[in-house]
Amino acid sequence: MTTVTAGRDGPLLYKDSDWDFDTLSRIYDGVAEIGDELKLDIYRPRIEVITTEQMLDAYASTGMPLFYRHWSFGKQFVRNETLYRKGWQGLAYEIVINSNPCVVYLLEENTATMQTLVLAHAAYGHNHFFKNNYVFKQWTDADGILDYLAFAKNFIADCEDKYGQAEVERVLDAAHALQNQGIHRYPGKRQMDLRSEQKRERERREHGERLFNDLWRTVPETPGGKAKKRATERDRRRALLGLPEENVLYFLEKTAPRLKPWQREVIRIVRLISQYFYPQRQTKMMNEGCATYTHYEIMQRLYDRGRITEGAYLEFLHSHTNVVAQPDFDDRRYYGLNPYALGFTMMKDIERMCVDPTAEDRAWFPDIAGNGDPIETLKDIWANYRDESFVSQFLSPAVIRKMGLFLVTDDASEKDLSVDAIHDERGYMRVRRALARHYDVSRHDPDIQIVDVDLEGDRRLELRHNVVDGVMLEEEDAERVLQHLANLWGYEVHLTEANDKGDISTRHTAEPVHPFV
Amino acid sequence: MYIIDRRRDASGKSIGNRQRFIRRARALVRHAVREASKDRKITDTGKGGEIVVPVDGVHEPSLRRSSKGGSREYLLPGNKSYIEGDSIERPPSGGGKGGASADGSGEDEFRFALSDEEFIDLFLEDLELPDLAKRQVMGEGKEQPRRAGYRSSGPPASLSIQQTMRKSLARRIALRRPKVEEIAELEAQLKQLETEGGNEDKILEIREALKRQAKRSIAIPFIDPVDVRYRRFEMEPKPVAQAVMFCLMDVSGSMDEHLKDLAKRFYSLLYLFLSRRYRYVEVVFIRHTHEAKEVDEDTFFHARETGGTVVSTALEEMIRVVHDRFPPGVWNIYAAQASDGDNLPIDNEKTVSLLKTSILPLCQYYAYIEVGREPEERRRSVEPPSTLWRAYDMILSPKLPMAMRKVRDRRDIYPVFRELFERKSNAATTGA
Repeated sequence: MTTVTAGRDGPLLYKDSDWDFDTLSRIYDGVAEIGDELKLDIYRPRIEVITTEQMLDAYASTGMPLFYRHWSFGKQFVRNETLYRKGWQGLAYEIVINSNPCVVYLLEENTATMQTLVLAHAAYGHNHFFKNNYVFKQWTDADGILDYLAFAKNFIADCEDKYGQAEVERVLDAAHALQNQGIHRYPGKRQMDLRSEQKRERERREHGERLFNDLWRTVPETPGGKAKKRATERDRRRALLGLPEENVLYFLEKTAPRLKPWQREVIRIVRLISQYFYPQRQTKMMNEGCATYTHYEIMQRLYDRGRITEGAYLEFLHSHTNVVAQPDFDDRRYYGLNPYALGFTMMKDIERMCVDPTAEDRAWFPDIAGNGDPIETLKDIWANYRDESFVSQFLSPAVIRKMGLFLVTDDASEKDLSVDAIHDERGYMRVRRALARHYDVSRHDPDIQIVDVDLEGDRRLELRHNVVDGVMLEEEDAERVLQHLANLWGYEVHLTEANDKGDISTRHTAEPVHPFV
Repeated sequence: MYIIDRRRDASGKSIGNRQRFIRRARALVRHAVREASKDRKITDTGKGGEIVVPVDGVHEPSLRRSSKGGSREYLLPGNKSYIEGDSIERPPSGGGKGGASADGSGEDEFRFALSDEEFIDLFLEDLELPDLAKRQVMGEGKEQPRRAGYRSSGPPASLSIQQTMRKSLARRIALRRPKVEEIAELEAQLKQLETEGGNEDKILEIREALKRQAKRSIAIPFIDPVDVRYRRFEMEPKPVAQAVMFCLMDVSGSMDEHLKDLAKRFYSLLYLFLSRRYRYVEVVFIRHTHEAKEVDEDTFFHARETGGTVVSTALEEMIRVVHDRFPPGVWNIYAAQASDGDNLPIDNEKTVSLLKTSILPLCQYYAYIEVGREPEERRRSVEPPSTLWRAYDMILSPKLPMAMRKVRDRRDIYPVFRELFERKSNAATTGA
C-alpha cells in the first residue's frame, strides 16, 4: 500500500465527521475528480439534503420526489415508520432517482464520510449506470420522468376533485393490482392504430380483388371448411386486437369497452410508471454492483491520495463491509442473495481477470482476461448487459467457488430436495445458468396473456396463464385481481392456467360486481 | 452540480397518503379495537396500546406465482459439505420467513400503537358515541401535589440529584475544569521525566501546568451551589379521590357469551367514566346464582355456573363487602347490575327491600341493565317485562339514584349509559 501523507494530492476533504455545505461541496469536487478520471459519464447531479422524516416520505412513494396520492403509499409510510421508530430497520443512506438531472437525496444525519460514500455511490455509480445501461436507454426517459410525474400527480388530483376520491381510488386499486401485467417486455412491439389498420384493411381488400377469380367459387368445399372458417374468423379477430397481449393494462386502456377517458388515462399513468420501473427490476444486481464498485474505487483512491483520513477510511470500510456482507444459506441472517454482494464480487473479479488472470480465466474469458483495462471493460459491461445476461456471461468459476454457490432443486413431487450442482468443474456451467435464470425477471412474473375476446359477442375476456415448472398462481390473490380486472373490463373474465402441453388445470372466473361506468 | 437544502421544506408530504390509508384502514382499526377490548381487563379499557390490524384488509393483491407446488430452483451461497447428488430433507414449511415472494417482500400484520386518547376514541366510536364525559359527578374537591419542574431552593428531601449533576457537568465542561485523568497523566509524565532525568524545561513546564490545573480544580468546584436543583410541586385540585364500582352479575346458565359481552361493555364504560373522574377506582366483581360470591374478573366473565337465581344474595354480598372494606363516608359507591331479568318470584320482595333500605342509601348511583338477545333471535318484538324488571320498576322514583335500561345490542350500550348518567345530573341541576 502507498504511504499516506495527508494532503499529498490536495488538502483533506474534511477532518472530522461534521459537515456543512462548504464541506459537502468540497467532498463532491473530490469525488468528481476521481469520477472524471474513471471517465464516468453521468447526468448532472442535483444533490438534496433531507431529514429522516422526508426520507420516510420518499420511501413511501417508491423513492420518487413527487407521486400521486394513494393509500398504499400511506401504508408503506406507516410500515416503514413503525419499523424505523422501533429500530428494526435503518434508513437507507441515500435515494437516487433515474432522472436528468439525477436527483440524489442525502440524509442529514450522515457523517462526512457517509456523505462521501453516498456521493460516490449514487451521484457517480448509479448515475453512470442509469445513463449508460441499454435497458434504461431503451425504456426510460430520464429527461421527462419528473415532468411526467408532476403531470400524473396533478391529473389524479384533478380527477379526485371531479369524480371523488373514492372513485379514483377504485380505479387506482384495480390498476395497481395489474401493474405487473402493465409492462411491454420487448421493445418495438406496436399496437396497430386505427388509421394504419384501415390502410392495411384496404390494401388487403385490393390485393384480394386483384387475385379474385370467380372460378374459385366453383371449387367444392372441403369437409372441415366451416370450422376452418370459424378458426380464421377467430384468428382475424385476435389479430385485429393484437392478441395475444401480455400487457393487460395496455389492452384495457385501449380496448376496455366501458371505461371513461379519465379512467383510461389513470390506467395509462399506472402502466407508464410501472414500465419506468421495469428496467430497475432487471438490473438491480448490476446497478448496485456498479454503484458499490464505483464507491469502493473512489474511496480507495481518495484514501491513497491522502484526501481522507485513516479514521474516515476505516469508517468507510465498516459500512462497505456491511453492505456487501453475504450471510451463508444456513445463517440466521440469510435472506436471499445480496445484490450488492454478488454484483460487487463479480465486478471485482472481472477487475482481477483483466489485470491478473489465471489460466482458468484465460480459458473461460478469453476476451477480457489480461486486457489490462478493468475500468473500460466494466464500463462496457455496465452498458450492455442486464442481470440475467451479465451472470450468464461473466459469472466465473472463481466467484462460484468463493461464494460457495450451489444449486438446490425443490420438486414438490419428490420427498427431498436435491443438490444438483456445486462449485466444481461439473457444476460451474449449471450454477451459472441457474443463477442467470434466477435473475430473469420475466420468469418471476407469471406469463399471463389475454388470448381472446369477442367484442361483438359476449365480450368475455379470456386470459391464459402459461404455467412454467408446474407453479400455479397464488390462488386467493388471483381471484381478487381477476375481480378488479372484471370491474375494469365490465364483462366476465376467464383465466385458465395451463402448461405447455395444454393441460388445463385451473379456471378462474369473475363477473363485474361493481363495474366502472 | 447543485446542493439543495431541503430540510426546511415542509415535511409530511405523506400526510395525504397517510390520511387515505387510515381512512381505508379505519374500519379495520375500529374492529381491532373492539376485538382487543373484548379480551382486555376492564381496568385496561381506557389505555392505549398496540393494535394489530390483519394485513388482509389492506392487502394489495397481484398476480404472482404461488409459493407452493411445482418444481423450483434455489441458488444458495456458502456451501460447506454438500456434493452433487446429495439430498436434503425438506425443511418444515411455514417455519421462518415463509411466504416471502420472489422479490423478498413478505408481509406481516400491521401494528399500530394507539395512544390512550385514540384508543378511547375508537373504543367509543365502536359504540357509536359522540363524546363522553362532560358531566360532573358530585363530590368534594381535594388538593394534591403534582410535579412541576425544578427550582433552585427547597427542602433537602426534594433534592434532585440527576438535575443537579446535569447542571454541574455542564458547568464543569463549560469552564474546562481539569479532569482527574488529565492531572494523573501530567503527574505520570512528570514522574517519568524526573526518574529518567529528562529535559529541565519540560519538567518545569509540566510542574507549572500541574500547579495551574490544581488551582483550577479548586476554583471550579465539582458541585457548586448554583448547580443544585430541587423538585418543585404544585398543589392541584383533584376531584374526590376514590370510588368503588360493584359489578353484580347473574351467571346462571341463561347468561351466555353475548349477554356477558354486553354486560362487560357496560362495565367497561362505567369504569372508563369513573376512572376519568376519580383518582382511584376499585372494582368489585360479585356473581351470583342462588348464592353469591366475590370473584376476580376472569372468573366473573368466563366461568358459568348453573343453579337457581336468587338476586338478593348478590345484594347481601355487596352490603357485606361495603361494610368490610369500603366505608361509605370515604368511598363513592357505584353499582351496576347486569342480568337477564330472571329471578325466583319469592326472592323479589327481599331483593327490592334490600335495595331500597340498604343499598340505595349507600350508593351514589345504582344502575340495572337488563341484557337481552339481538333482535333476530327474539321471537316477539314486544316481550312482557321480566320478573326482576317488574319488581324494580315498582320502586323506581326520580328521587332515588337508580335507573334501569334494557340493552340488546352493543350499539345500545352507550346511549343507555349516557341516559342513565344524564338523568341524574339533570335531576341534580333541574331538581335543585
